[in-house]
Amino acid sequence: MSNWLKRVGQLRPLAAVLLGAMALSACARPETSSGIYDPNERFNRKVHAVNKGIDRALLRPTSQVYGFVLPKPVRNGVENFSSNLNMPRIVVNDFLQLNVEDGVHNTFRFLINSTMGIGGLFNPARDFGLDERSSDFGETLYVWGVGEGPYHEMLFLGPGTRRQMVGIYVDIFLNPISYVLPAEYVWVPTGAAVASIIGDRYRYSGTVDAILYESADSYAQARLLYLENRRFELSGRGEDEEPEYYDPYEDLYGE
Amino acid sequence: MENNTLSRRMFLVGTTATGAMLIAGRGQAALTTEQARALIDNVVGDITSVINSGKSEQRMYGDFERIFWKYGDVPTISRSTLGPAARSASRSQLDAFAKAFGGYLSRKYGKRFREFIGGKIEVQSARPLKSFYEVKTVALLQGEAPFDLTFLVSDRSGKNLFFDMLIEGISLLKAERTEIGAMLDSRRGNLDRLINDLKTMG
Repeated sequence: MSNWLKRVGQLRPLAAVLLGAMALSACARPETSSGIYDPNERFNRKVHAVNKGIDRALLRPTSQVYGFVLPKPVRNGVENFSSNLNMPRIVVNDFLQLNVEDGVHNTFRFLINSTMGIGGLFNPARDFGLDERSSDFGETLYVWGVGEGPYHEMLFLGPGTRRQMVGIYVDIFLNPISYVLPAEYVWVPTGAAVASIIGDRYRYSGTVDAILYESADSYAQARLLYLENRRFELSGRGEDEEPEYYDPYEDLYGE
Repeated sequence: MENNTLSRRMFLVGTTATGAMLIAGRGQAALTTEQARALIDNVVGDITSVINSGKSEQRMYGDFERIFWKYGDVPTISRSTLGPAARSASRSQLDAFAKAFGGYLSRKYGKRFREFIGGKIEVQSARPLKSFYEVKTVALLQGEAPFDLTFLVSDRSGKNLFFDMLIEGISLLKAERTEIGAMLDSRRGNLDRLINDLKTMG
């Protein structure tokens, strides 16, 4: 018991630092990483090849059938339903980031869509000006000042960083929905998430096909696109700071 | 004697270079936030009218290529995508590559722009950065969440032109530097082969 107390006592400075960092982060976002850090490239490329195989054999054909069989309103309903089930998890992350505004915004979004939107099948919140403001535990870690870490291509899940991998794992346990749902319905959020992934693959098939099958180096393209887009979203969509733009004139005129 | 002419020529070259730098310097001051914004206003206006013109795919690609050459610094963008290989390339190779690259890019991104049919692009803001301007626009598509389209404008070429376009933070310039680099590698650095292949790619 005293041992336990001692340990908590040791943790107290850590908690203070963490709270301090959180308070700070509420004012200014930490610096986003730049460049490409990919020490495990050889292994990542193998995972990429497997992921591509899975896409070619399974995800892509499934998504084509899905898109062909289900009319657009049904696909949108699935998308809305899945997105709504994720809302409580996003709200938890918003508050962990001390982002009260987004937390309240997303809480209202969840309440409106769950009631007026018939369990989240429709998205009336949008008509109230409550657009989706996504977040995840990877972002929470970023706001807390955790560095991006090396690039990882994850099996099934695709491009990510070490911070993002941890984030995805923690997010699995962070959704309040999974704790209040009766045991016989736990498959519902998982099923909705899978359907939503298939729906996304269909919706963005032009872009995804171009990257995976038309690019000279799909691994390098996917890595660049992921890192650039993720950093853009984390840094407040380029509003707060000067993004890491590439200036071709510096090479030409050497300045 | 020999030495003397040489040094005089050096002097002449030197002054011309200084003059050019001065002009370039003045050009820098001449480009304002308003001008950068106006340039992108024209770009998105032209792109939108092509998208909604109802023309055939092939003719749209031609239109995009003209827009790209009119408002974009195609020689600098294409040269940059070659990376270090640009240094060993001849002038005529660089010109031929720029031409092939313009067509390739217009077809590649033209396909994406076709998904914009019925939508519109609005210029949101413009601001000066270190040595160029950033103009932010938003693309509003039917049934999709709006997305961010950012242009970077510079007058370092002597004219006000854009040299990069970013879709949701993803730089076209960086993506093509990666892509063209990989294409060159797979052709063992043979630029002429790449130029020839690019003419039909995209």
